[in-house]
Amino acid sequence: MSFIEIEKTWYPEGVERCSLGKFMKWLSVLGVVALYGFFAMIVCFAYGLGVTGLDNYFGFGLWITFDLAVIALGAGAFFTGLLRYIIRIDELKNIINLTVIKGFICYSGAMLILSLDVGQPIRSWFGYWHPNVHSMLTEVIFCITCYLMVLIIEYIPLILEQKQINKIPFLHNLAHQMHVVMPLFAGIGAFLSTFHQGSLGGMYGVMFARPYAFRDGFFIWPWTFFLFVLSAIASGPCMTVLICGFMEKITGRKLTTYRVKSLMCKIGGTMLLIYTVFKYLDTWAWINDILPRAGLTFDQMFYGMVYGKWLFFSELVLCLIVPVICLLTPLRKKPFFMYTGAILACAGVVINRYVFTVQALAQPVLPFTKWEIYTPNWAEWATSLMVIAYGFIIMSLSYRYLPIFPQEVGLNKK
Amino acid sequence: MSGQKKEFPITWGMVIDIDKCTGCGACMASCQTENNVEPQREASNKLRATSWMLVYELTNDKAFPNHDIAYLPRPCQQCGNPPCVSVCPVIATDKNEDGGIVSQVYPRCIGCRYCVAACPYHVRYFGWYDPIWPEGMEKTLSPMTSVRPRGVVEKCTFCHHRWTQAKDAARVAGKDPDNLDDGAYVTSCVQNCPSGALAFGDIKNPKHKVHELVKSPYAFRLLERLGTDTQVYYISRREWVRKLGDNYLKSE
Repeated sequence: MSFIEIEKTWYPEGVERCSLGKFMKWLSVLGVVALYGFFAMIVCFAYGLGVTGLDNYFGFGLWITFDLAVIALGAGAFFTGLLRYIIRIDELKNIINLTVIKGFICYSGAMLILSLDVGQPIRSWFGYWHPNVHSMLTEVIFCITCYLMVLIIEYIPLILEQKQINKIPFLHNLAHQMHVVMPLFAGIGAFLSTFHQGSLGGMYGVMFARPYAFRDGFFIWPWTFFLFVLSAIASGPCMTVLICGFMEKITGRKLTTYRVKSLMCKIGGTMLLIYTVFKYLDTWAWINDILPRAGLTFDQMFYGMVYGKWLFFSELVLCLIVPVICLLTPLRKKPFFMYTGAILACAGVVINRYVFTVQALAQPVLPFTKWEIYTPNWAEWATSLMVIAYGFIIMSLSYRYLPIFPQEVGLNKK
Repeated sequence: MSGQKKEFPITWGMVIDIDKCTGCGACMASCQTENNVEPQREASNKLRATSWMLVYELTNDKAFPNHDIAYLPRPCQQCGNPPCVSVCPVIATDKNEDGGIVSQVYPRCIGCRYCVAACPYHVRYFGWYDPIWPEGMEKTLSPMTSVRPRGVVEKCTFCHHRWTQAKDAARVAGKDPDNLDDGAYVTSCVQNCPSGALAFGDIKNPKHKVHELVKSPYAFRLLERLGTDTQVYYISRREWVRKLGDNYLKSE
């Protein structure tokens, strides 16, 4: 039997896949992007972060924005896991595998970027060895690594269900046993992920000398702690639906029912509505309390086109009110509105993470300093694209060889 | 606004008389040599250059003949309630030391730059490149200060090593190292300021000049309303300069 024939025996039962040649071409394109990013990564490690567009004004830039955004969008994994295994919304079993893989890609990709972003990556373990219990970043370091381990544990049974691997009795039984204990890991994952999503928000909220980002607290947490959790669990399910829709588009196959996607979007939309209420309250308090206390005004928070008010209104109106309407009204029954709502919800969280990361630093707090503009350079773009290409590769391989979508066979019967 | 101020029996502070400062930059140069800051390879990029002590030019933005300028030297403000300390994930920076000086432990720093983001005074500098001294220039390195590798955050320490030296000298002379005479410990920038604009000492010690200077009606601190409670005070008899020390709403 030729390799091409053997490769076909690796597919999940009863599905169709594109030819191996076509698949290899797809992987080659992604591989080139990933290799270019890998080259940039080596350059960063070899010559230091001086090769990036970061500077002493913008210690955080594209990488941290990218990290925060993918982690928020990857939140579909923990929240969907919670709903599927703890709240027991049974219908979500049809999309849970996709959310686990997405979560794994987002978190492992974020870890990859973080290893680049710290100036002394070999010392990263100091976060465990010399932890500062007062630092939100310490909590992030602990939770993000523990949660990645949980995601790996959740991903392993999926790999073990690959048709050929599953023929081995030990691995078959192992996969089964892992599925049995999965609610436990879903619970641990939900706990860890909630806390570090919150800590990421807390990281900005506690910067009391940066009025753009600073927020007052609820006990030991600033408001941003809760806002980041809510925005993540609102956009996470939407991102899962977008990935699913994108995969259906490029594979030409139905992977799950519209009903399941619609349910995910309804969950995302509901969380988005709750987030919208709190975000508006937070913004009101920021404008009328925090900024005046710092001697600043709302207008002083914006500058020119690059840090203009359009970002503020895009985030708070276009990417909150519009998707809430699209996702929580009968409009959701029409694919155009559902996907538009999901895209806007995800775009909103990206804008939110961007302004907290970059605009918060660009805004001059010292009265005699001026706005500075940050532009990421090739090294930052290339490495970020590398992570995206890495995600596409993992997802492509998973889709081709692993039984991710339980409904795929039934939906594509001729 | 957040956190709690730590009190220390000895509180080293700097008082900078802006009206005396000519903006000559001697403080910047002396700081660079004293603390082994590498020769800047990208000095044209002000956002990348390392200047533990930086002189800002202030202007009242008025047309001639009412135009006026002032120079504001800016070391680390050694905040009483530092925004940088609580955020550091590995306790590389701390304010537990006597004297109220915010420390920075270079071998502990992982280079996450969270402290850079938290500090509104821009006093923290990241090592973007490996430090390289041109051949022969390495002989000028001070043995009292460590050379930082790339990838860590560094900042002004009020020439902390000089305090150690001053305490040793006091012990040798049979004096109390915790009650140094005024001028026994001064930072490099203060020592080399040609116009006498900079003064340094223990703010809590009545025998030190700065103890009185900080009580001046013309004294102010940068961004006081943010609650950082800095140990660097500025003095100016010009109101517009004092007003530039903090943000004010039109109604204020």
